[in-house]
Amino acid sequence: MEAKLEILNKLRQDLLLWQGFKPAEGEAAQCVGLGEIEAAFPAGVFPRKAIHEFICATPDQTAATDGFIAGLLSVLMADGTGCVWISTARRLFPASLAAFNVEADRIIFVDVRNEREVLWVMEEALRCEGLAAVVAEVDSLSLVESRRLQLAAEEQGIPAMIIRKDPKRLVAGVSTARWKISPLPSSAEPGMPGVGFPRWRVELLKVRSGNPGCWTLEWEADRFLQVPEQKVFVQMVQRKFG
Amino acid sequence: MQRRYISIWFRHLLADWQLIRRPELKEVPFVFAAPDHGRMMVTSVSQLAAEHDITPGMSAADAKAICPGLEVLDDKVGRAGKLLKGLGEYCIRYAPIVAIDEFSMDGLMLEVSGCAHLWGGEREYLKEIVSRLKSKGYTVRLAIADTPGAAWAVSRFGKVTPLVASDGHVETLQLLPPEALRLEETTLSKLRKLGFYQIRSFIGMPRSVLRRRFGEAFLLRLAQALGTEEEVLQPLRQPVPFRERLASLEPIKTKTGIEIAITRLLEVLCKRLQTEGVGLRSGLLTAYRIDGKIVQIAIGTSGASHSVGHLFKLFELKIDQIKPALGIELFELEALKVDSLEVPQEILWNSKAGLNNKSILQLIDRVSGKLGAAAVRRYIPEAHYWPERSAGKARSLTELRLMNWNMDKPRPTELLPRPEVIQVMALTPDHPPKFFIYKGEQHQVVKADGPERIEREWWLDAGEHRDYYRVEDASGRRYWLYRSGHYGANQSFQWFIHGFFA
Repeated sequence: MEAKLEILNKLRQDLLLWQGFKPAEGEAAQCVGLGEIEAAFPAGVFPRKAIHEFICATPDQTAATDGFIAGLLSVLMADGTGCVWISTARRLFPASLAAFNVEADRIIFVDVRNEREVLWVMEEALRCEGLAAVVAEVDSLSLVESRRLQLAAEEQGIPAMIIRKDPKRLVAGVSTARWKISPLPSSAEPGMPGVGFPRWRVELLKVRSGNPGCWTLEWEADRFLQVPEQKVFVQMVQRKFG
Repeated sequence: MQRRYISIWFRHLLADWQLIRRPELKEVPFVFAAPDHGRMMVTSVSQLAAEHDITPGMSAADAKAICPGLEVLDDKVGRAGKLLKGLGEYCIRYAPIVAIDEFSMDGLMLEVSGCAHLWGGEREYLKEIVSRLKSKGYTVRLAIADTPGAAWAVSRFGKVTPLVASDGHVETLQLLPPEALRLEETTLSKLRKLGFYQIRSFIGMPRSVLRRRFGEAFLLRLAQALGTEEEVLQPLRQPVPFRERLASLEPIKTKTGIEIAITRLLEVLCKRLQTEGVGLRSGLLTAYRIDGKIVQIAIGTSGASHSVGHLFKLFELKIDQIKPALGIELFELEALKVDSLEVPQEILWNSKAGLNNKSILQLIDRVSGKLGAAAVRRYIPEAHYWPERSAGKARSLTELRLMNWNMDKPRPTELLPRPEVIQVMALTPDHPPKFFIYKGEQHQVVKADGPERIEREWWLDAGEHRDYYRVEDASGRRYWLYRSGHYGANQSFQWFIHGFFA
């Protein structure tokens, strides 16, 4: 039985290699604190040399995506590195990132006029060593442009995160993972008033050489926490006096 | 090295300038005149007027009597100086040190030591300058000699050749009149009275005799012409310590050519910067075009740098702004601002920590070079509770935050740049909203936190305080709402939405 399992695992590894997925070299594969979700990725490792697309249709989804990305950044930036955040109309509030364990003063914001410039800055940033991640708010991204970004991301191994606020202009790109983060009702401790920890439905719509899926995730003070489905319960209207 | 100087004499500086502006005056003799003691005195004359024996210093009325068709134009004080300055700047392409001839205000002085061979010899060099200025419309006389004084003398009074051979200036001066020494009118009349019509008749006299007769100023001028006394030119442009020039054999028109020129200049400049232990903070590339126009591009860096590759990338972003037109004949690269370089300690392992990383600094330079420095921002916490002011812009990439980010109050990840008005139903006086309408959509509030009252900073601005609530609607969307002002029947208050929580 065990021998069979070993063969099976070996075959799975080989299959990934044939599909073009290269395992992380040199430094040990680090987890990004996503818990079970990481198992959905090829070889169970969060792909770093890759483009991650986040689809947001509404402002509240964008806010949830910001929170989710900030949660990822808290792990990626834990070693003191910086990050570049590029956008044309930025609404991200730097002071809110402290709640996600991110020091906003280590993020370089680049505010540009149009999407062409976003892509240019993004490519330059991806080719720059010493960054933890590059986040960009881009609406339209063609196949060629995404291919360029993918090549740039592979160069230094910096994850490229693209927030797309306009799902209508979605075209097939070469992104490794496509996410959709939407807010879910929070749940406070029973008997406690007020709004609880931020809770999201994390949908992995597409992942290359991996298994797409859907999870419920909560940001609990300093880490992601997966919520089993049945734990979600509706609470009565409660309020807290300030 | 043997010093060489060129003196350029614009024979009819103002008249030529006027002819360029008004070609219809070509056939008409004209003079410039300025009022002096209630009379109009001729200050400068055109070539045609000079042929009628009209000289500067005459009264305009006399001149008109000599030549009835004479046109008298108004002269403005300082016009000649302004013109010479412009022409001098044009002539910087021939030599780095160009000075205005302060004595007669109708010429330029160039120090051309080591420049002439670039044009293939002194004769070609002079020819080039004459023909270039002629094509612009100026009639000039030039002379090249070992001293500025000798060059000045030969350009005005020389009859043989403008090219005074090295060490030949003493001989050449012998035959020239004493006026060639740039002397005062009183000294000149004294010399004439004594019968000195050529320099050779007094050049061999003992200095003490000459001093007694004509004074110290005369001796100085003589010594300057002979080269025994140093004459310092006041350059139009003070030489900058870090400046490199690159003259091109043929006019450069292509992007590749410009790139090569920039690389060459950077290589030399960076080597100099490196030996002096400094780095460039802001640089200026000046391209002198063949049609006389000057094109400039400037770059700036966030930290001192003398890396050719990095600086070239910054220039590369702006090469498109250089319009070569007919071609560029001279490039000049100048380090306007340099800073002492902090030499980082060599490290064995590439530690990634922090933003103060060379490659990130270079990235910022490239981005701000292309998109402007305002595009790049960084925020540090500020001691303000008012949300719009709680994150302040950092002045530099290395500025440290003075305090920690405030974590004890919830803040939305997305903050609207301007709060938007919403319709709210809420219990009085300070209950959170039960229900609100934002952009036509109705939201039933299920959970809420608050209020968190944030007072206005009265020393900065005036207005109502805000009572913030964090609310969650039935579908789990979280918002940051506030009521502006106190709740009251006789008071106006309004509800706003200010952000979205994660």
